[in-house]
Amino acid sequence: MASATSSTVDDRPAGADVHLPDTARDLVKILVTGPFGVGKTTLIRSVSEIRPLHTEELLTEASAQVDDLAGVREKSTTTVAIDFGRISLPGGIVLYLFGTPGQERFRELWDDIAYGALGALVLVDARRIDASFDVLGLVEESGLPYAVAFNTFPDAPRHHTPEQLRAALDLEPTTPMVTCDAREADSSIDALLALVQHLIDHHPPEPR
Amino acid sequence: MTGRRGGRPLVPAYLSTGGVARPSRTHLERLSVLTCSGGRAPTDLPAAQAALLEELGHGSLTVVEAAALLRLPVSAVLVLAADLLDRDLVLARAPIPPARRFDPDLLKRVADGLRDLKHR
Repeated sequence: MASATSSTVDDRPAGADVHLPDTARDLVKILVTGPFGVGKTTLIRSVSEIRPLHTEELLTEASAQVDDLAGVREKSTTTVAIDFGRISLPGGIVLYLFGTPGQERFRELWDDIAYGALGALVLVDARRIDASFDVLGLVEESGLPYAVAFNTFPDAPRHHTPEQLRAALDLEPTTPMVTCDAREADSSIDALLALVQHLIDHHPPEPR
Repeated sequence: MTGRRGGRPLVPAYLSTGGVARPSRTHLERLSVLTCSGGRAPTDLPAAQAALLEELGHGSLTVVEAAALLRLPVSAVLVLAADLLDRDLVLARAPIPPARRFDPDLLKRVADGLRDLKHR
């Protein structure tokens, strides 16, 4: 399935420790988005306190709304796995990270997961920048504040200037743009911090 | 009980809710926190509801975490959780009071907490 590239074995224990600590009070979420294979799950795994979990989400492929049985035979259903992880912070805050595919065909699912999110971290692969156009379009249409992080692949081109990259992605001057190594916890945290600092600095509009 | 890893869930997703497609309440969301109320479960509780209740017996879970552990779609767990709410077997609370979501103080605490993680 679509999750084939995302599912790798992890030796962190699952099960018992997934239950929320009694101190958990404020649960917030950030979407980690980008095209397939860009490193969403890698980033989540590097910072999550639990082995990343996933839910199987049903996608309705038909364009028509399906509200009753009449429409059922018209549609076909596929699933996509949504990986997520969790970080407990002091003061009872629990930050959830949802790896969310950004292709246009996932729009309905995207809107559902994005509901109530603080913002989105958009991972970009410098070797295939054009694969991120869909994602950026979806994020901008959703009105979710976002930051862009170039995941550093070993063979990624290094000759582009930040200005060139910013222009290629058509980013606003205020949109944070950083590089990160999604395999490294500290680097992933820095990318998340770039987003959260952006939220603090630019008082986002009323939540959707 | 539904399977955890390997194999298929004991209860197929489309049967887990007894054919009900929509939750009876609408205020549940992915990060709603579900907790056991401590009430006594009837012996004829449908299997999928009992499985969710058993998971919650070990501690609170968000809807998505329950879905992942039970290997059921989020939409199915929303229905199951709503049923258990109606039976007063489960309590649910919102992930965060809506007015606090973009509270600058909350965001600063998130940023501080993330910075602290780096120094561990």
